[in-house]
Amino acid sequence: MQRYILKRLLAALPTMAIVGVVVFSIIHLAPGDPAAIMAGEDADYEQVEAMRESMGLLDPIPVQFWRFVKGVSTGDLGESIFSGHSVSSLILDRAEPTLSLAVLSLSISILVSIPAGVLAAWKMNSIFDRVVMILALTGYAVPYFALGYVVIFVFAVKVGWFPAGGYVYMSDNFWQYLHHLLLPSFVLGFAGSALITRMTRATMLEVLKEDYVRTARSKGLGETIVLLRHAFRNAANPVLTVIGFSIAGFISGVVITETVFAIPGMGRLITEAISQRDFQIIQSTILVVALIYVMVNLIIDILYVFVDPRIRYDS
Amino acid sequence: MSNESVTKQELAFQGLREKIPWYISAKDAVLRNPNMLIGLVFISIVVVLALICPLLIKIGILRDPYIFDPLNRLLPPGRSPDGDLFLFGTGPLGRDIFSMVIYGSRISLLVGLSVAILAASIGTMIGILAGYFSKLDDIIMRFMDGIMAIPGILLAIVLMAILGPKVENVIIALTVVDAPRTSRIVRSVVLTIRESQYVDAANAFGASKARILFRHIAPNTFAPVIVQATFLFASAILSEASLSFLGAGVPPDIPTWGNIIGEGRIYFIGHSNIVILPSLGLFFLALAVNMFGDGLRDSLDPKLRGKT
Repeated sequence: MQRYILKRLLAALPTMAIVGVVVFSIIHLAPGDPAAIMAGEDADYEQVEAMRESMGLLDPIPVQFWRFVKGVSTGDLGESIFSGHSVSSLILDRAEPTLSLAVLSLSISILVSIPAGVLAAWKMNSIFDRVVMILALTGYAVPYFALGYVVIFVFAVKVGWFPAGGYVYMSDNFWQYLHHLLLPSFVLGFAGSALITRMTRATMLEVLKEDYVRTARSKGLGETIVLLRHAFRNAANPVLTVIGFSIAGFISGVVITETVFAIPGMGRLITEAISQRDFQIIQSTILVVALIYVMVNLIIDILYVFVDPRIRYDS
Repeated sequence: MSNESVTKQELAFQGLREKIPWYISAKDAVLRNPNMLIGLVFISIVVVLALICPLLIKIGILRDPYIFDPLNRLLPPGRSPDGDLFLFGTGPLGRDIFSMVIYGSRISLLVGLSVAILAASIGTMIGILAGYFSKLDDIIMRFMDGIMAIPGILLAIVLMAILGPKVENVIIALTVVDAPRTSRIVRSVVLTIRESQYVDAANAFGASKARILFRHIAPNTFAPVIVQATFLFASAILSEASLSFLGAGVPPDIPTWGNIIGEGRIYFIGHSNIVILPSLGLFFLALAVNMFGDGLRDSLDPKLRGKT
């Protein structure tokens, strides 16, 4: 088992390295000269050159890349081209809203879609199954931002149950924090549920046809035990894989949801940085986000071991 | 053996050998699956409207979506005080939302179709190379993993910031995002086909690598790729709108669904029609394409029926 985990850990390293190379080259291929931006509009050639020198942009690309790698590995993500603030502290400030939103919406969609998928498969072709499948098909096609505005319109403007946007930090007031997060998390969770529900239903349908499920039933076991202990445990692995896949979708969704609900998170940080062409922030934030994605998938790889003992014995 | 003793199975077998023309089997598949039919009908309506839209504007049935009319800004759906009909109301710059929505479908379809074709064909080529040549596999797939670890919309935003706001660039950015996902699917298909008996047989006959690749492997990846392409089409439509909405897509003066929504979002309270009506267009088109794609997958590969 340790060997399996170690193998997974080692496999994540090259992926991270490639993310680093991709992000670094994107930024360096970008037109527009960060030194010229920083030096200001009235700067003459010498001033821009001096700025370029002080930013290390005159060094050969491999040297710059090495500096970038060294910085990242010690947690130094550089400074914002505009404000001069350290990017690591900017990201830390923005991390709580983003992570809260991602965790809450992912929890909502897992809590909704797994029971929905299991029950839909159990009662295949029933009205419940049809409603679930229609909702799942809808979740695929609904644009996050449009759903966000509709939900704001109904629940914030018309009924007034929730605030229309904004964010309250957890340490300031926990209930307010939750109150502000529920609406955006629901929007993101609904859209994210579609894939997980469909996958749960599809794998459950297959597992329910297996001989051991029939055996369990003929032993006289109750349906709940058959469904949960015999069927779902065997369907859990593909479901876990899909959850891992959909994390990327959740992160993309967070960026849009933060804009709709005016939440000051990492997504807003990136979109603001892009409109200002602050490539230092863009580069570092994307690297951090990709790192989170790779870590989450690593955790999921390790969870397989607990869900499916076969992996434990194979390795 | 007399003719009368020909069994039903044998007749069916002969039917298979006669090769049913593709349009007959396509018609059968569509008629057997009502969801696919609904999807196809809706897509066709949108395509026809998008194609004849310039003509409708020319003969005056539709207003020109580029006409700014500050006197008639932010009108609710219905007739203006002057008695002109604005079916969906007008936007913050006085443009007719109905014609903007119809006109906007052109960009959505263009982006969706181009991304689906480009990402599917580039992804297929990469997937075939990685799946067939095991020496390339690790390098290529690690690189694809690296790209896929960057959330799609973020990668697209950054590429747009670099390339600049143009329709072509939206297509390029979304292709870069989507091609790796296709390549992963194709690679897994190729890995299975590579081990199949007919590839062994072709090898034993001394067929060249190129022949095996193009005659035996590539054609067998087409069914999953075509299905994947329909889903790419739907997701590209949504992504294009998201990009435009975030201000990182098509230039803001071009009426696309995302741009209309982005332009109208600060007026949402009180003028929700500006946001909701183009969103509905987006939703129904993406839904129709997904319904069509589901049906296509079911008829191309009955084993996958009901799967995601």
